[in-house]
Amino acid sequence: MKKLGKIYLALVLLFLYVPIFVLIVFSFNETKSSSVFSGFTLDWYKRLFNNRIIISSLVNTIIIAVAASIISTILGTLAAIGINSMKRVPKTVVMNVTNMPIINPEIVTGVSLMLLFSFFAARMTLEFGFVTLLIAHITFDVPYVILSVMPKFRQMDPHLYEAAQDLGCSPLKAFRKVVLPEIMPGVVSGFLMSFTYSLDDFVISYFTTGSTSQTLPITIYSMTRRKVSPEINALSTLIFLVVFIVLIVKNVIEVKAAKKRMSGGGF
Amino acid sequence: MKRKFAFLAALMMSLTMTAGCASDSDSEEEEDGSAQTLTIEDKDYYKRFKGDDISINVYNWGEYISTGADEGTLDVNAEFEKLTGIKVNYTNYATNEELYAKLKGGGTTYDVIIPSDYMISKMIKEKLIQPLDMENIPNFRYIMDNYRNLAYDPENAYSVPYTWGTVGIIYNAEEIDIPREEIDWDILWNKEYKDQILMFDNPRDAFAIAEIMLGYSLNTEDPAELKAAAEKLREQKDVVQAYVMDEVFDKMAAGEALLAPYYAGDALTILEDNEDLDFAVPKSGTNLFVDAMCIPTSAKQKEAAEMYINFMCEPDIAFANIDYICYSTPHSAAFDMLDEEVQNDPVSYPDSEFIANKTTVFVNLSDDANEMMSQLWTEMKSETANTWFVPIFLVVCILIIAFVLIRRHIKRKKDIF
Repeated sequence: MKKLGKIYLALVLLFLYVPIFVLIVFSFNETKSSSVFSGFTLDWYKRLFNNRIIISSLVNTIIIAVAASIISTILGTLAAIGINSMKRVPKTVVMNVTNMPIINPEIVTGVSLMLLFSFFAARMTLEFGFVTLLIAHITFDVPYVILSVMPKFRQMDPHLYEAAQDLGCSPLKAFRKVVLPEIMPGVVSGFLMSFTYSLDDFVISYFTTGSTSQTLPITIYSMTRRKVSPEINALSTLIFLVVFIVLIVKNVIEVKAAKKRMSGGGF
Repeated sequence: MKRKFAFLAALMMSLTMTAGCASDSDSEEEEDGSAQTLTIEDKDYYKRFKGDDISINVYNWGEYISTGADEGTLDVNAEFEKLTGIKVNYTNYATNEELYAKLKGGGTTYDVIIPSDYMISKMIKEKLIQPLDMENIPNFRYIMDNYRNLAYDPENAYSVPYTWGTVGIIYNAEEIDIPREEIDWDILWNKEYKDQILMFDNPRDAFAIAEIMLGYSLNTEDPAELKAAAEKLREQKDVVQAYVMDEVFDKMAAGEALLAPYYAGDALTILEDNEDLDFAVPKSGTNLFVDAMCIPTSAKQKEAAEMYINFMCEPDIAFANIDYICYSTPHSAAFDMLDEEVQNDPVSYPDSEFIANKTTVFVNLSDDANEMMSQLWTEMKSETANTWFVPIFLVVCILIIAFVLIRRHIKRKKDIF
C-alpha cells in the first residue's frame, strides 16, 4: 500500500513538473517550434538579453512586485495588529471585508479598479500608469499579508506584551522586542506571498496598466497572436532557476538552524 | 537567512541590470556587409522636435516591429529615438478588441495605434481616431495603389497601411494529393480528412469562409445569409479536430492535423518548421487583411505621432519591419528591397489581379449584425450530441454532496452520544 502511495505521489509530481520541464527543454531548441526539437542552441538566451521590450517589462514587473509587496507588508502587518485587538463583531466584519479581494474573481477586481481609476481620471489629472498599477497591486496583496500575520497573533501569548511593559519597556520598544519577533515568520511569508502574486498577476495589471509601460505577463500575452518566442522559454527557465536556488538555500538554512537549536544553545 | 536572501535578490536584479547594459551597447549599428543600414533622405524633417524632450506612446501588436534582436537588423524604436530625440513608450496588445477596450475606457492615451481593417472602420464611425495630416507624412507616396482607399477607410484619411496578408489553407502536401491550384475551401468540409481539419476559433474569420463558399459578401449583414453561413459551419463541425487560433503553429508543425486555414504571414513560419506543408490561396476568393497605423483622437502629440508614422514608411525601416514580421508589405520601396524569392512567393505575394478582384477586406458590421453573428457562433460551437451530459453531471455532484453531508450529520449525532 505504501508503494502505491509513493507511485501516486510520483505521478502527481510528474503531472505538475513535466510542463515546466518541457518549457526548459524547448528554450534550447534551434527553431521556434514548441513541438519538434531540432537542435541545441543557447541563441535564445543571447537574444533574450538583447530584447529591450522583454527586459524592460521584466524590470517593470520586478519593481512593481517589490514595491507593492513591501508597502502591502507594512500596511498588512499594521492592520493585523489593529484587527487583533478589536472586539469580536468589528473583527469579523473587518476580516470579511479583507477576504473579499481574495474570493472575488480577479477580473471583477481588475475591471472595478479600472472603472474607479477612470472615474477619477475624468475629474482630475490622473493618468493610468505606475501609480494606478501600484495601487491595484497593493489592493489585492494586503489581504494575503493580513491572513499570514493573523494566525501568528493567535499563536502568541497575549500577555507577553503586557509583561514587557511591566518590566519597563515603552510600548514601542515592547512591540519591537517582543511582538515583532513572534510574528516575523508570518510577516515574511506574507511578504513572499504578495511578491509572488504581484509578479504573476495578469488580469488586474492588464486593466490598470498605463500607456507608457507594461508588465511581463502582458508582454507575453501580446505575443500570442503570432507565436510566443522561445525567448520567453529562456526567461522562464532563468526565473525558475532563481526561485529553485532560493528555495533550496532557504530550506538548507532552516534545516541547519533547526539542528543547531536541538543540539546546543538552549536555555 | 536574511543576508542570504538579500544577496540572491541583489544577484537577480544585477543580472537584469547588466542585461539592460548589454542591450544598450548592441543597439548601435554594426558596420559589416550583411547588416541593415539606415539612410534617410530628409533628415531635417525629423529634427523638428529634437531637444524638446517629448515622448509618444505607441501601442502595437506583439512581435510586430523589428527589434534588432537578430544580428545586423535595425531596432526601429531605438533608431527613431536617436534620429528625432523623441522617446518611444512601446506597449503591446494581442487583439483588436483589447485595443478598442483600452481606448474606450479612457485613462490611457496613445499616440500611434495599429488596428486591423474592421476595427479601423469601427473607430472611424465612433470617432476614436482622427484624420491624419498627410502633409506631415510625405512617405505615404511609397504605399502601393492597391492598398490605398480600401473599403474600411475609403478616403484614406485616417490610416496608413502597415502590413497586409491573405487567408489561405495550410495543408500537408505529402498526404493530400491535390495540386495547389485546385485546392478550394470545400476541402475543409471533406469527410475524407475527418478529424484532421483545424478551423478558425473566431466568428468573423470562420463566417468569412462559409460566406465565400455560399457566394455571399464577407461583409453581409443579411440575417438569412448569416444563418445560412452558420448552418454551413454546423455541417463542418463533424470533421473538425479543433477550433484553434495560435495553437495552429504547434499543431501543424508537429503534424497533428492535415488542414488548417490561417493567415499567410504566419503560414510562412509554420511552413519553415515542417517541410511537408504547403500553403494554398483558394481561387474562389479570400479575405484580405490589412493592419494600418492610426492616431487616436485623444493623442497628445499628433505631430510627433505623424513623424513616427512617416518614419515607419522610410524604405529601410519598412523593409526591416517586414523582414522581421514576414507578412506582406504595401510599401513599394520595401517590396523592391526584398529577395526575388520572396517577391515571387505566391504565399506572400499572390497575383495582384487576384488581390484586386477576388479578395475582400473586412469592414465593421452594424451592432445588430455583430450580435447575431456572435450568437450564431456561440450556438454552433456549444451544440453537442449529448445534451444530457451537464444535467446528469450536476445531479451526480449534488447527490455526492448530500451523501457526504448526511454521513457527517450521522457521525456527529453518534459522537454526541
